[in-house]
Order: sequence, then structure tokens, then C-alpha cells
Amino acid sequence: MGTRVFGEPVQRREDARLVTGQGRFLDDLGQNALAAAFVRSPHAHARILDIDVSGALDIDGLVAVYTWEDLPGRVGEPLPLLIPHPTLTHGRTGYPLARDTVRHVGEPVAMVVARDRYLAEDAAERIRVDYEPLPAVVGIENAARADRLVHDDVPGNVAAVLRQENGDAAAAIAAAPHVLEFRLAIERSASMPLEGRGVYARWDADDGSLRVYSSTQASTSVRAAIAARLGLPNGKVEVVAPDVGGGFGVKIVHPWPEEVLVPWAARLLDRELKWTEDRREHFVAAAHERGQLQDVRVGFDDAGRILGLDVRILHDHGAYTPYGIIIPIVTSTQLLGPYKIGAYRAEVTSLYTNTVIVTPYRGAGRPQGVFCMERTMDRVARHLGLDRAGVRAANLIQPDEFPYDQGLTFQDGRPLIYDSGDYPELLRKARDLIGWDGFEAERAAAASDGRRIGIGLGIYVEGTGVGPYEGGHVEIDTAGRVHVSTGLTSQGQGHETAFAQIAAAELGVPLGDVRVTTGDTRRFGYAVGTFASRAAVMSGNAIALACRKVRAKALRIAGEALEADPSDLEITDGVVHVRGDATSAVPLRTVAVLSNPLRYAFDEEAAAATQFAVGRPSEEAPVAPGDEPGLEGRDYYSPVRSTFAAGAHAAIVEVDPETAEITILRYGVVHDCGRLINPMVVEGQIHGGVAQGVGGALYERMVYDASGQLLNASFMDFLMPYATEIPKIETDHLETPSPLNPLGIKGAGEAGVIPVSAVIASAVEDAEGLRVDAMPLSPDALYTLRRRAEHDPALRTE
Amino acid sequence: MKPPPFGYAAPRTLDEALAALAAAPGGKVLAGGQSLIPLLSMRLAAPPALIDINRAAELDTLRTGDGGVRVGALARHARVERSAEAAAVQPLLRRALRHVAHPAIRNRGTVVGSLAHADPAAELPAVLAVLGGTVEAASPEGRRTIPADDFFRGPLECALGPGEIAVSAFFPAAPPRTGSAFAESARRHGDYALTGVAAVVTLGEDLRVTAARTGHLGIAATPLVLDLTAAAGSAGDWPAAAAHVRARIDPDADIHASADYRRHLTGVLTERALRAAAADALRRARD
Repeated sequence: MGTRVFGEPVQRREDARLVTGQGRFLDDLGQNALAAAFVRSPHAHARILDIDVSGALDIDGLVAVYTWEDLPGRVGEPLPLLIPHPTLTHGRTGYPLARDTVRHVGEPVAMVVARDRYLAEDAAERIRVDYEPLPAVVGIENAARADRLVHDDVPGNVAAVLRQENGDAAAAIAAAPHVLEFRLAIERSASMPLEGRGVYARWDADDGSLRVYSSTQASTSVRAAIAARLGLPNGKVEVVAPDVGGGFGVKIVHPWPEEVLVPWAARLLDRELKWTEDRREHFVAAAHERGQLQDVRVGFDDAGRILGLDVRILHDHGAYTPYGIIIPIVTSTQLLGPYKIGAYRAEVTSLYTNTVIVTPYRGAGRPQGVFCMERTMDRVARHLGLDRAGVRAANLIQPDEFPYDQGLTFQDGRPLIYDSGDYPELLRKARDLIGWDGFEAERAAAASDGRRIGIGLGIYVEGTGVGPYEGGHVEIDTAGRVHVSTGLTSQGQGHETAFAQIAAAELGVPLGDVRVTTGDTRRFGYAVGTFASRAAVMSGNAIALACRKVRAKALRIAGEALEADPSDLEITDGVVHVRGDATSAVPLRTVAVLSNPLRYAFDEEAAAATQFAVGRPSEEAPVAPGDEPGLEGRDYYSPVRSTFAAGAHAAIVEVDPETAEITILRYGVVHDCGRLINPMVVEGQIHGGVAQGVGGALYERMVYDASGQLLNASFMDFLMPYATEIPKIETDHLETPSPLNPLGIKGAGEAGVIPVSAVIASAVEDAEGLRVDAMPLSPDALYTLRRRAEHDPALRTE
Repeated sequence: MKPPPFGYAAPRTLDEALAALAAAPGGKVLAGGQSLIPLLSMRLAAPPALIDINRAAELDTLRTGDGGVRVGALARHARVERSAEAAAVQPLLRRALRHVAHPAIRNRGTVVGSLAHADPAAELPAVLAVLGGTVEAASPEGRRTIPADDFFRGPLECALGPGEIAVSAFFPAAPPRTGSAFAESARRHGDYALTGVAAVVTLGEDLRVTAARTGHLGIAATPLVLDLTAAAGSAGDWPAAAAHVRARIDPDADIHASADYRRHLTGVLTERALRAAAADALRRARD
């Protein structure tokens, strides 16, 4: 890998297209398609008594209205439960269109197809649905109390009870010199990509095939789901993820009701049909995440070493569980972070509520777990009067202890074994970056000006690159262009750049000669999807392996052409040559011609290639057994288990003594995702992640009232931070390569968001001297906390 | 989130606009559209017709004189914000306009449109109210001048009658030895404020306080103007004035702030704004 393109901060190649309006997002496609709109439940919980569509029928341009009654066979069956788990004893999913009961505001009840979206909404407005409202279950504590049920046949509203255990936590805590007990709370937020979901389907009646474009994170799985529901062979369904304006987890769920209904209706009507989700729909009909209540018991010694930790978590799962209990698994395992604690026990109870479903959002349960662990570290330090960074240091796994087995089972069903890392060095760098050791002088100087500032930190470990596999296909054509494809999708991460860097480095070709296609089942049919910070690890390594196959083949063919031993050849700037001899050379484009015995001279390259006397002996087949025509290769990467990235964040905040407004003065990130493919892309990922983390820490929540209405279902009232709310982010890197994969890389996609709530809570608590146990923290909440603390000394940290 | 069907007229003069509005009872006047278009898209409003006045050049005016600043119905926030003349005559306008939403919205939205929309959380109604400004309205019957006290009737409700169009607003000039300040607290930059205050303080020849008024947004159904001259006293006891405000107001809770916090915050901002307005008055008195 002699080319320096790997590891360089190469500018993102997709940006010129995306920032000049040349991107092709879902709604840019299908300009002549019919439009779908949905009638959605206005009730959080109700029985459907009657649906009267007659009022809509005279709208000019109305094409069709469908309710559950119209859905044939598998189209009308409940949506699949994607990831079953033995502890998910009461998994439930909804119907594509509600059958007889609605369980959250926004659940689809009828689909309207019309000439355009305006008319479709006009018609939807005129459809009368007669509901019998039922009592709604809203809020984690109400769900746990179970006075009312979301599903009649799910006692206690309990979908799953997941236990993770290592050692005897109760005994360890009982024997510990110090014990603390407290409750923590995190509210709901959501992925909230700027482009919502969307599906556009075209049925080709002559070919009996379906082409579907979906704004998805998993095109191959969407294809399999559509094929199964519509009774089509996989080969007759193509699913393409066009440019996708962000996913952050919500678009990994599949099939969404609309992903079944739109293709089904397109085929039935034999008309192009498109549905583009609007923002209000996204708030009430996509997915949320994060809401948890955590009861913590921790036992520790005089040095702050954790001897036993027992965590009981109530997890708000919303109305259905199509994505299983990934979030509870991730929270309960990743909670341990970089620490080796004594005995551990976690119990997560997944509860149904009459709210939008809960599925992974960037971080996928880690922010809650890290919040729990890091709040615990601060509590322990304050209780003992020790430095918060020192208590963390006393509990860290040491560099010589890898691979480190946490004794639990991770989300991939494999043992939770950390592959590599250097957590003490991460902590040291974070302290240096933020100026931890000199902060007391800073605090005093600010205080003398009447300003109140505080410092906080948090460390996390993130399992990345979960299996089971991804594949890569690489083809070099007779113009010397390198076509790379992989099945997983892109939502703006910079895959076109990073994957091209890997291919260019592996093959020895100029970066500009590499073209990357992702998320298109026409190009690559087997894939898992883009989630869990896995794209670079999984597809990156698969592409590297596929490149190595192509490279070996190119060297073999070039060796024949140059009458040289392939082991004496190397590739530089797209030309194969004898090492140290630039004159004995053949370009890869010529090798591509030579790789195919059929040489119609369609282009100059094919004509030129005739100078090389490559050919198989006349008594043998032109294509040797086991060989293939063409200069292409395909390979898969399937890891034994996940890689574990890590990071330490630290922040300094200022709180206004009068208004309780909170300002982040500085935010520092030290990040370790193994070998860096492109530091600039990684930093971009961190910046975006921290921005979402700041949203979760200070701004975003889903405000449901007692009847299950979402009161802030717009960008006016759901406070996603603007650029003006995000501080400058200072970053430093550490590179501990993963021993598990050929490139030594780990994932970076979710890293930025994970510890932010923990870090901000730590810093505000430090500034105020008040316990911060619940996020997000608004000025109102801080003001209220101050008032309560006037009468309740237990809320003070000293 | 697509609007329901509506009629559309694009008059080129005020007279044409009035005729179009008369022909479409219940029609809404479209200027910058920064509030109206979202209301339509969310189907919270379904007027039979939009009277788009953007082509009526005679309304696109901004005049400043000794008496004050007269803003025509098509003058965008950004134009008024950037006008040095307007800022010289009435500095409070620019100070408040910088808090109105975001630059992109200020490039399109209009001052008069914001007044006519009468959102109690908006900045400009409070400014007009505290300055004792007026709105000029035109109808086929003629014109009338409506004082700010009468103009704001309730949340999203103003004194314009059916068939009437607000053609301009008048912000009186700052008198001698008079200073102003604007303060608000929003959850994010550019959001509607949780609470906000425009303060105006006038000093006498002896530099003692002779008048102190505040115009509040976000805490009542209409802009709330309070005369704090007595509460502050001639020495300018701003904490006492702020305490008076806290006791006087009765804000609502919403999803972004409790009533208690809003009351507290209003007091803090009022004291800060009065202090800044007094400093501004002193500066102007000494110039």
C-alpha cells in the first residue's frame, strides 16, 4: 500500500455535487409520478369503527383510496419483527395500514393516491374515520404502572426484560465500603434527518419487474422485504437508495409501511407512484429514541474503584417493536465503557407506550449507557472528595489488558471483547486539550468577574463494525476506470471519498479514476446496511479484499504480457511495471482488455492491446477453469466480532447566575477509531455527532401530553440546535489499530454524539454545585433546580 | 403539508389590491409570507384567496424624518435594519430587528406584515407599542391611523377590518436625552423569545430619570407596555422597577418555559434593558 492516499485528508468528492444542488434525492425523482398521502390517526389509542371515504370521491385527480380491507394476502399482514431475541417475549408490530386499532398518533389508517400531493392531501382531509378513543399510556412510569395497556395481550406493557450479568453485583455492593443509590432520566429525541423518508416505485408490466427508490439505509433488505410481501422473486425487484439526506438510524428500519404500500399500489395501478414524507409525518410516523429511566446502585472503595454496579432501566419502546431490543442490549453492554468494574448487573425492561415507535438513533442506546456510567463516576468522586478524572483513571482498563473480555454478550450475539485501545492515553489527551489541571485558576478568574463556569468530561467505548458481513465489487474497465460498488448505502458520510481512497491505495491508481456506487441492488445484491458505525469497517475491508483479488489478477496478466514474474511487478498511477523499471510497463486499461479473450476492437485500447501476445495455448480453453473474463473481483468481509472505538470528551460551560442560560465555552474531543482513512471525514463525523449530542443535552425532547399528542411536532418547537448553538469543536486523534481487520480500522459514525449529555451534565453540575440527573437541561429546568435546591440540600453536590 | 386550494390575485397598485380584497371576502394579504405560508402549508389557515401585494411598488417605501420612521407595507425587515437613517432617528428599531428570526427570514419578511400578524411573541409589536407608534390602514372608504394601543387586540388578532390593508407603520423618533435597549431570551438564536423587553428611558436636563417605559413580548396576549417611571424613581432604581414588573405580570406556561421561570426571566431582562437604556440616554444626553 505505497500510495499515500490512504490516511490523507482528501476533500470529499461528493460535496461538489451535493452543495451545488446536483444531488438526486428521492423527491427529485419521478416528477410525473402519482402522489400518495396518508390519513393518519389523530388519537394515541383508539378503535377504528368506520372509515367513510365518500367525501373525497369527487376530488378531481383522485386515483385511489386504500384501507386495510383492501390489502391482499401478505401485503396486509403485520410488519415483520426484524430482530427477534429470546427475551423479547412480547414483540408486537403494526399493520401497514391500521386494521382495527391505532396505537399512536400518526399511525397510517388510509392511503390516498392522486395526481399530485396537493390533491392527495385535499382528499385525505375529507376522509372521515370514526374512532372510539381508548385510554392512552404515555410516559415510562405510567407504562410501568400498567393501569392501562397498549396491547391487550401484553401484560404489564412489558415487551422484554433483558438481563446482563457478570459476577454477583448485589453481594459486591453489600460488601463495599461505600454505596450510593440514585435515579437518572433521559428524554426522547429523534434522528431527524433533514430529508425525511420517501419511496418511489415504477412497475414495468412488460418485464414483470419493479424498480423502487427508497430513502433508506438498507436497500438490499428493503428489496427482500418488498419481494416477499408482493410475491416477486428477488431478481424482479430492484431497490436503489439515491442521494439520501441523512439517516442517523431511522432509515435502517424496514420495511416501513410506506415501503410496502407504495410499490404494491404502483404495481396494482400500473402507474409510477411516489410518497415523500413531510416533516409533520416524520415527527409522528417515523421513530424516536433515547427515553429511559435508570435506577443505579453502586458500591466502591476509598480510591473510587467500582466494586459492584447494579442498574435497572425502564426503556420506553413506543407502540411497537419492529427493530427488536437492540437499544436495551446496547445500553446495558456499552454502559461499562472503558472501565473494569467489579461485579455488574443490568436489567432493562422494555415498555410499550402509545407513542411513536422507538428504534436506534445515532448512538443507539450508548448515550444513555454512558450518561449512566459517567454520572456514576462523578457521584463517586464527589462522595469521596476526589478528582473526577482521577476516579475515572483508577477504573480504566489498561493498554496491556487487551483483548479485554467484559463477560457480557454484545448486540451481534458475540462476547463483548474489546479488541484494542489505550484509554489512559485518551484521558490524558483530553485533560491536556481542555486544560483540566489548570481549570481552578480559570474558575476563580471568572468568578471574580461574576461569571460562573464549570468543567466536565466523559469517556466512552463504542462497539463498531458489527457483522455479519459486507461485500465489495471492483472492476477495472478498458478505459482504466475503476468501478467500486458495495451494497450498503450512503447518507452523506463521505463513502464515495473514503472507499475511493481505499481502492486507490490498494490498486495503485489515481483517486480520480475511481468511481463508487453504494446502495444499488442492481450493482451489488448482498449487503446488511449502514448502521452501527459499520460502513468503513465492513465495506471498507471488503473493498480492500476485492481490490487485492483484482490486483493479483492484473499482475498475473501483466506478467504474461511483460514476460515478467508477477512478484516483480507493482502498480503506480494505474500502470503495471517491473519494479524499478518504468519502461517495462503496461497500463491497467490494457490489462483490462487482455483479461477478456473476446476482443472486438470497439475502442482504441482494444486495438492497441494487440501488440501483446497474450493468449492461452491452442489446446486449452480460452478461459481457464476457475478463471473469469474481465478484470474484476468480488470479496466479502465477515468479522468474528465487533471492533471497539473509544473517545474522551471534555467541555467548559458557563451558566448565567440570573437567567440560568447555559453556554458551552469550549468542547474538546479525543477520538480513537483505529487507523484513519481520511481524518477530515472523521472530524466531520465527530462535528455532526457532537452537534446532535448538544441537541440531546440542552435542547431536544418530544413533548407528549397525557393523551399522547405530540405537542412540538415541528422545527419551530422541536429545538434541534442551529449552527449558532454549536461551539467550535477542538479535536485530537489517537490511533490504536484494530487487530481484527486487514485495514486496522474502527467505526466513527456515531462517536461524536455518545458522551455529550454526560459531559455537559458533568460541567453544569460542576459550575452550579447542583446535581444534574436528567437531560436535556433547559434554562427553565436549571432555574427550577436552583429553586428546589434552596429547600433541599440533597440536590447540592457538597 | 401542502396548502388547500386558494384564489390568487397579484395587483400592481394599492387601489387594485383593495379592489381584489373587496372581491374576495376573507382573503389574506400576502407580503413576505414568513408566517402566512407556513400556516397555509400546515392547513391551519384556509383563506379563499391571497392578495399578493409584492408587485405594488408604491408600498415599498421607507421614509425617515425628524418626526420618526415611516415603514411601508413592502419594506423588508433587512432594509429597515440596515438603514442608517432609520437607526439615527429611532435606534430601537435596529436593536429589535436584529432579534427577529434569521437573516434569511428578515430578507423576505416585512415590518408591517409582522405587526398585522400580531403575534404576541414577536418583537416589532412590542416596539411599536412602547414607542406609541401608529399603523395606517387603507380601505375603499379611505384611510385611518390606528394607535398601537388600539391596534393589537389579541393573539394573532389586530384592528384591521375586512377589506382593510395596513399600508405603513410609523415609529416616532427618539426624543432628546432618551435612550433605548432591547433584550430577549430565546431557546435558540432567532427563535421566538420566551420573553423580551424593549426599554425606553428619558433623562431630564439634570440627567435624572424623567420617564421609563417598557414594552414586553411573550408574556401576554398583546404587547404589554408598562410605565415604570414611578417604580424606578428619578434616581433610576432598576431592581425596584424590575420587581414591579415581576409583580405586575402574569405570564403563561408553555412547553418551553414555566410561568415561574418566565416571570423571573422577565424581571432579569427588564432590569438589564432598563440599565442599558439609561446608559444609552446618558450617552445621548452628553453627545
